[in-house]
Amino acid sequence: MSLYSFGLEPLSCHAWNKDKTQIAVSPNSNAVDIYQKKGKEWNRIHVLMEHSGRITGIDWAPESNRIVTCASDRNAYVWTLKDGVWKPTLVLVRINRAATCVKWSPLENKFALGSGARLISVCYFEKENDWWLSKHIKKAIRSTVLTLDWHPNNILLAAGSADLHCRVFSAYIKDIEEKPGPTPWGAKMPFGEVLLEHKDCGGWVHDVSFSPSGDSLAWVSHNSSISVADANQGKEVTHLTTDHLPLMSVLHVNETEIVAAGHDCCPYQYSYKSPGSLEFVKKLDIPKQSSKISMSAMQHFQNLDKRATTEDDDSELGTLHQNSITQLRLVEGDRGNVEKFSSVGLDGAMVLWDFKQ
Amino acid sequence: MRLAHRVKLIIEISATVLPLTPPGTGNLMDALQAVLKNPPINTKNQNVKERAEALVLKVLSSFKSSDIEKAVQSLDKNDVDLLMKYIYKGFERPSDNNSAFLLQWHEKALSAGGVGSIVRVLTARKTV
Repeated sequence: MSLYSFGLEPLSCHAWNKDKTQIAVSPNSNAVDIYQKKGKEWNRIHVLMEHSGRITGIDWAPESNRIVTCASDRNAYVWTLKDGVWKPTLVLVRINRAATCVKWSPLENKFALGSGARLISVCYFEKENDWWLSKHIKKAIRSTVLTLDWHPNNILLAAGSADLHCRVFSAYIKDIEEKPGPTPWGAKMPFGEVLLEHKDCGGWVHDVSFSPSGDSLAWVSHNSSISVADANQGKEVTHLTTDHLPLMSVLHVNETEIVAAGHDCCPYQYSYKSPGSLEFVKKLDIPKQSSKISMSAMQHFQNLDKRATTEDDDSELGTLHQNSITQLRLVEGDRGNVEKFSSVGLDGAMVLWDFKQ
Repeated sequence: MRLAHRVKLIIEISATVLPLTPPGTGNLMDALQAVLKNPPINTKNQNVKERAEALVLKVLSSFKSSDIEKAVQSLDKNDVDLLMKYIYKGFERPSDNNSAFLLQWHEKALSAGGVGSIVRVLTARKTV
């Protein structure tokens, strides 16, 4: 585990490039900073300034090396690197509320954007006119879309929203791709079709994650619970209520193990084997036992005078992150076997975690 | 139909709870289990909710301080969440009699359910 602090501002979102030597972060503002790793330090090499609103989502496509950013100014830009400079291209997402999250599809030929306009905008590049087009998924969504995740087949899209529902849609665009084969989620998948709608998840659904095979879907919601829907078992949903503060981000590290983190400032590992068996495994942040340095009598009385207490300074949390974790991302390994993942939080720090089986 | 069912249930539970004046404290644990069954979550009838709340608070107040911990241990996860909901409902109307025992119950329920159970009290759409 290693921690790097990018300053005092909370980090709203982050994304890694293909070889994980560069990271794009947004310090809760309308700018995206790209840092390059140099030894143990990170140097800022680019600043992407085009948005006029706070950046809410960043995603970096590893193969095609394009970055998509979305912000509360109702816009999304696709950035391409030309001659060492990142050039933005506006995407017409046609939303009249802020964008909340954005994700490239696995094949990087399209991306999905969630927004407060109660719709998901699926955008793809049209070669003839040399611009990005968008198609809207509006069916059934009654409130802000908070989170998105793509299924490995590049067609299905999971969305968690503030109307307390978790849904799986089909984002099949016939202009740019082949008709998909049937999956455990369903056989007919026209654009916008709802393949799973789990009502009343207990709270806002903060994050969704498909398993590496795509056969199960995990989500975390604001009532401090984590749930998994299993397509192979008739889309049966298993819930687990936790006794921590709500979780904000969830990531599959392999087919059965799930890592989630949130307002408790610490990642937790859960394991899902079959319907009914979703269990907590362990806390991944072992707080280092602060060595109790014996205080001299002088320090004792100084403490008593300054702080009216003789106890140790308890103002730091025992975990690496000093504030809520907002996002988890894969760093090393592939989707089926994550070896390292990163977390960013409201404390402005990015921590790299090792995951061992 | 549902209202009649609820009222009948409350009358049944009252029958087990009312005789519980000290020293007859033998089946307080059973009373707790009984009173946490079938909570009036889905009804919009305020009367039913108030009577259920009064019953629960009556049971909670009859426990001795030393027995509270054992009682909480005997509940499963969902019951601990439900107990937390009733405790916070009780906090809404503080009086001289109920604050003390409610706080004791809150402390024990918190160590069993963690902050997650309190979060669920706050996020619950349909509550007792």
